[in-house]
Amino acid sequence: MSLESSGNGAAGAPKISLRGVKKAFGPKVVLNGIDLDVMPGESLVIIGGSGTGKSVLLKCILGLLEPDAGRIFIDGEETTHLHGREREAVLRKFGMLFQGAALFDSLPVWENVGFGLIQGQGVGRREARERAIATLGAVGLAPEVADLFPSELSGGMQKRVGLARAICTRPDIIFFDEPTTGLDPIMSDVINDLIVQCVKDLGATALSITHDMASARKISDRIAMLHKGQLVWVGPTAEIDRSGNAFVDQFIHGRADGPIQMQIRAF
Amino acid sequence: MGFLSAIGRTTLGFLEALGKITLFTFMALSHCLRPPFYLRHIGRQMVEIGYYSLPVVGLTAVFTGMVLALQSYSGFSRFNAESAIATVVVLSITRELGPVLGGLMVAGRIGAAMAAELGTMRVTEQVDALTTLSTNPFKYLVAPRLIAGTAMLPLLVLVADIIGVFGGYLVAVYRLDFNASTYINSTWQYLEFMDVVSGLVKAACFGFVISLMGCYHGYNSRGGAQGVGAATTNAVVSASIMILVLNYLLTGIFFS
Repeated sequence: MSLESSGNGAAGAPKISLRGVKKAFGPKVVLNGIDLDVMPGESLVIIGGSGTGKSVLLKCILGLLEPDAGRIFIDGEETTHLHGREREAVLRKFGMLFQGAALFDSLPVWENVGFGLIQGQGVGRREARERAIATLGAVGLAPEVADLFPSELSGGMQKRVGLARAICTRPDIIFFDEPTTGLDPIMSDVINDLIVQCVKDLGATALSITHDMASARKISDRIAMLHKGQLVWVGPTAEIDRSGNAFVDQFIHGRADGPIQMQIRAF
Repeated sequence: MGFLSAIGRTTLGFLEALGKITLFTFMALSHCLRPPFYLRHIGRQMVEIGYYSLPVVGLTAVFTGMVLALQSYSGFSRFNAESAIATVVVLSITRELGPVLGGLMVAGRIGAAMAAELGTMRVTEQVDALTTLSTNPFKYLVAPRLIAGTAMLPLLVLVADIIGVFGGYLVAVYRLDFNASTYINSTWQYLEFMDVVSGLVKAACFGFVISLMGCYHGYNSRGGAQGVGAATTNAVVSASIMILVLNYLLTGIFFS
């Protein structure tokens, strides 16, 4: 087992690097010393049960939460305690697909998709609309969808719009938070295909969290497993079935018996 | 010991909340004063707060003016002071009832709406999404609401003052058989510029407090639908209490 990059043979400095990242909420320790490297162009998926700290890890990297200890590097520059304009500048490198899509209810679809262009990059509304419609096309949505509001879309369409919003600014790094949660198996596969295609087209680095193993296998180059705030296994996707790790084996086979005991209460 | 620790816990909780609100206020104010300014959003909030609150504030004002005229008449007629009714109506409306009742009605309508909207955005991760799109939620969500609330409440109250005085006029002239021109003259005769201005300054303060409480409770809401509901209730209750307390303090400053 290795906690360092080893999977896809990508060379050079890591795109994202975490060293000893810790985060607790009161007495509840959520992240307990995370060390992880994500290499440029790589797609890493973090798996783990509910409440193991996957979302907290993503939020720490994005700066939505500040770690209690440890350091986070993006493109070799430390971003752990950045705020204000410096944080906004770092976030321009990112795109994010949220679990529930997190589309802005009060804005039409095209404005949701073009939001990062208009607000983050100062692109004019007319040009942003054209680019938003083109991006909607890339995720398989017709131009007519552009003027609808998020509440008029199905769950699968909302995910596609969320994906379009994540890639519209052509970011270097894309995060996917439970991209297939709440979708039927066919739509899940459609979203997985779109994720693979979009990441490949952009040449982006992708970091995803999920507990859907079908999705994890399809979209990842490497998989890391998080349990009780620590990474218990990191390795290439092709090796996950012969990891020899009891936590990984229990998780990927969905067994109730094993070293992972489900918590009934969050705290 | 249990009793003492309960008092200590409550006091600490109160001080913590006070500190959080103070920090939130300073942060919100600093974002109100620094670019970029989201003019489109400020305009949208102004229409929402000013234009769409007109019916409820107008109705409140007209009936308040009408009741005031009736009550004043029944009281003042006991010592033949009916001629003071127009003055009582206009001073009561412009100094107190216009801003306070208007503020309370807007707290119910706008404070609740702001808390519910921002609370829903918080629990559905829309606020986090704004941040990841390099947009400061304070600038995009909070500052436009604070600016619009502070700017629009005085305008609303000015309209409410006019409607309220008109309500008193309707009752006095058409029900109590006052002479119309005499009533209007009495209304103007003792009205001073400061009476109206003090009410408008109060309204601006109330507008700020309503928006601040709506944004604060919405922005910090947690725990799904129940959390949003609690945020909405807290926003309306805290804004209403602060309006009443502020009204006393401002009245003391203006008229003591």
